[in-house]
Amino acid sequence: MKIIILGAGRIGESVAGTLVSEQNDITVIDTDAARLRDLESRFELRGVAGNGIEPELLEEAGARDADMLIACAAQDETNLVACKVAEQMFNIPTRIARVRSEAFRGESPLLGREGFAVDRVICPEDSLTRYIARLIDYPEALQVYEFAGGRASLVSVRAVAGAPLVGCRVDEIGAYAAGEAVRVVALYRRREDGPDRFIPAAEGTHVVPGDEVFVLAARQNLRAALAALHRRDPQTPRTVQRVAIAGGGRVGMRLAQQLVQDFPALQLKLIERSAERCQMLAARLPSSVMVLQGDATDEDLMDDESVGESDFFLSLTNDDEDNIMSALLAKRMGARRVLALINRRSYADLIHGTQIDIALTPSQTLLGELLAFVRRGDVQVVHSLRRGVAEAMEIVARGDERTSRVVGRAIKDIKLPRDAHFGLVLRGLPDPDAPLPAEEGEGSSPAAEAAEPEVIVPQPGTVIRSGDHVIIFMPRKRLVREVEKLFRVSATFF
Amino acid sequence: MYDLLPALRLLGALTTMFSFAFLLPAVVSWVQGDGLLGFWLAAAGASFGGGAWMWAGLNGYRGELRARHGVILVSATWLLLPLIACVPLMAVCHAVGRELDFSYAYFEAVSGLTTSGATVLTGLDSLPLSINVWRTFLQWIGGMGILVLAVAVLPMFGMGGSQMFRAEVAGPIKDNRLTPRIAQTAKGLWGIYVGLSAACFLAYWAAGMPLMDALMHMFATVSLGGLSSHDASFAYFDSPLMEGIAMVFMLVGSGSFALYFIALRKRSLRVCLRDIEWRATLLALLGGGLIVSLVLMVQGHYDWPQALRHGFFNAISIGSTTGFASTNFLAWPAFAPLFMLLLSGVATSAGSAGCGIKMVRVLILLKQARREMTRLAHPRAVQPVTLGATVVEHRDIFAVLAFMLVYGGTVIVLGMVMVLSGLDPVTAFSAVIASVNCMGPGLGEVGPASHFGVLGHFQVWVCSIAMVLGRLEMLSLIALLAPSFWRH
Repeated sequence: MKIIILGAGRIGESVAGTLVSEQNDITVIDTDAARLRDLESRFELRGVAGNGIEPELLEEAGARDADMLIACAAQDETNLVACKVAEQMFNIPTRIARVRSEAFRGESPLLGREGFAVDRVICPEDSLTRYIARLIDYPEALQVYEFAGGRASLVSVRAVAGAPLVGCRVDEIGAYAAGEAVRVVALYRRREDGPDRFIPAAEGTHVVPGDEVFVLAARQNLRAALAALHRRDPQTPRTVQRVAIAGGGRVGMRLAQQLVQDFPALQLKLIERSAERCQMLAARLPSSVMVLQGDATDEDLMDDESVGESDFFLSLTNDDEDNIMSALLAKRMGARRVLALINRRSYADLIHGTQIDIALTPSQTLLGELLAFVRRGDVQVVHSLRRGVAEAMEIVARGDERTSRVVGRAIKDIKLPRDAHFGLVLRGLPDPDAPLPAEEGEGSSPAAEAAEPEVIVPQPGTVIRSGDHVIIFMPRKRLVREVEKLFRVSATFF
Repeated sequence: MYDLLPALRLLGALTTMFSFAFLLPAVVSWVQGDGLLGFWLAAAGASFGGGAWMWAGLNGYRGELRARHGVILVSATWLLLPLIACVPLMAVCHAVGRELDFSYAYFEAVSGLTTSGATVLTGLDSLPLSINVWRTFLQWIGGMGILVLAVAVLPMFGMGGSQMFRAEVAGPIKDNRLTPRIAQTAKGLWGIYVGLSAACFLAYWAAGMPLMDALMHMFATVSLGGLSSHDASFAYFDSPLMEGIAMVFMLVGSGSFALYFIALRKRSLRVCLRDIEWRATLLALLGGGLIVSLVLMVQGHYDWPQALRHGFFNAISIGSTTGFASTNFLAWPAFAPLFMLLLSGVATSAGSAGCGIKMVRVLILLKQARREMTRLAHPRAVQPVTLGATVVEHRDIFAVLAFMLVYGGTVIVLGMVMVLSGLDPVTAFSAVIASVNCMGPGLGEVGPASHFGVLGHFQVWVCSIAMVLGRLEMLSLIALLAPSFWRH
């Protein structure tokens, strides 16, 4: 696919870096030529320096035969206008704009064909806020990713010694959670002297304390699954009561707003360095949020405000080093779980799972949303995992026994590439593209009942049907193409 | 050392790719029935097998190519491939009863691959056709670049491709990518090169050149090489029409192929006409031709039609670093051959198949010099060095200055070495300059009517090294000698 990316900022860079590794032809437009040269030297892409809303420059960047424009420059105006130009002058089929302002959310007529012609608005701050809110909702999880509109989630959790499932074999977990849609898809084992090692969730693999376990579960089974891996006494529920946020920037503010809305009982503290910004935050946020002016690496302040007693400490400033240090400090003081926002991937790799429980790369949450858009075929949801190394994907099986290598076959007969792992199968999801063929047998039910989809833990004998949504975990990105190929319907299908 | 193994693994792949080149002389040999078929096939098989063995043996050393790898790979390629090309040349020459020492054979192969067009052989007309095809075909392969071809056709390079590309493509400013993927750029450049070659071949053929001569001279023309299948070079044909065709393609070949790529994509010749380097290159070559013609006319060496014909042809041929001769120009007034030799240093564009200093560097230096002059009178004047609409950055200017220093130093040091080895100064320096510019014939004993076979073994090696240095723009190869390269 030929993709033009406007803006070589942090978001532009990570989007470009991810897309380039997936056989896309990327051209990046930015006004900063030195920045482009840096990108060119690190990724296989082309940089074009100049103002990306000028038709001439867009043409130079190959807009005539581009398939997609991703406008993620710093200014909303630039992105909106670029989409309009792309549509009107070059007819680029897909146009995605990063828009920070909340005025353009939802079904604004301004975004339609008559307006700025934006197919899809992305807002990294929004994705990040949503994601962090989910983490607070499931405090045991290191990561939470949703599939099939939230019906199933992929979570990763650190196995704790003494928890009921830790020490078990992976296949025994199915027995523990009999009747529940829970499935372990991968383990990452910590090593002293290097990066974590991937361990496929094959039969006979044991869950060892300290492992980062990737679990797929239906929504209703998620809490139980997390608790069974992370808590010695899984019965008593654990909730988050005190949350401290360091950094009152866009993300910090939005997160505070959302948390107050979602969890009214929460005690929320927000630490921000700039006095001016604090004034604004205090005025905008509900009074239940305590806004504190000060430096989140300042031990005295942290001590005074008893950050050490918080259930969750999030450092969300713009500075990687500050985030790491204040998160370390909070952990040392006793905060139960700390999260640091880290822009540089290599830092995030180093830090994740050490004293800092969660290292979050801001672009990572956004990338999944974009990737589903870029991938061809029936890929519904993509989540980029482990800082872009691994991936989980929801893909729809289509066709019939003749045209598909998946449909009508049992799991044990499907030749999934090595290390790729079947997660859950969701059956009966509404399909906007092609309505499901009427199913006979197997207790065909009235429409109202059929609307409730079924979450199936695949057994070796489970047969995939057309229209099933299959969630697959891939420890290496390279496998994505093979899996997509496997699911492709051969030409005779249509 | 071990961190260089990924580069060596790719060298294996390149060798494998290069083995296919032997198929062309093999086919010619088979059609002609000259009895050399076995040699060419053996060469193809050996280099295929050797390359594949190296590739497979180092299979464990994948890994991204870094800038260091690019430098070592490009140097190793340009030293190893002449070796692979020259061994069969020695064998076939031996088979037809013409002994060719290793030094001379290597020189001949280097001269072909670097598109110099200097030869150590005489009696070319009586050589079997397949040998001549091989000599001239080497120029065509080397013209656009072996690594560029590898990036275009071998799928495994990824980011490493751009390192290799940068290491081989000539010119001071290497940042302007033409397409998102470097492999597409490389394919585009080779596509234009092949298209130009086809046009040149058809033009020669239509003008009445025999089929194989047309093919071989096309190889030598579009690559700005200059090896001919005739001792008399272009004078053999004695045809103003063919010389005209050659001039057109030499002029086109002196321009940047990247520029043609952009022009083709935009479907507009204006791109070329607006490009300052292209205009300057053309102006230098045509102006040079005019000056030489005028000198010949004024000094009464020829009447005016002959003066224009030989003046333009030889000036363009030598200036563009091709090196065809339509007459023995050493018999001309001394100014003309010397002028043409110096012209060969500057009158090709960066990104063309030619070597030498490159017009863009000359332009940058001239503008820099002008800026210094302005500064004498107006110390506070702000006057950026520009090429067309783009401002040349300071580090690029410094790179050009460093290049000039190394270029000048190389010519002086190698020239003095040649003098020390017993050559007269004119022959010594002209041979070195002709080699560094990958041009071909020099002056004195190595002039157009003579050949490099008159030089000794040692002197031929000096010229071989000078040609590789010139083709790789000096610094790649010299960087290998710097201690900083081996420190990490």
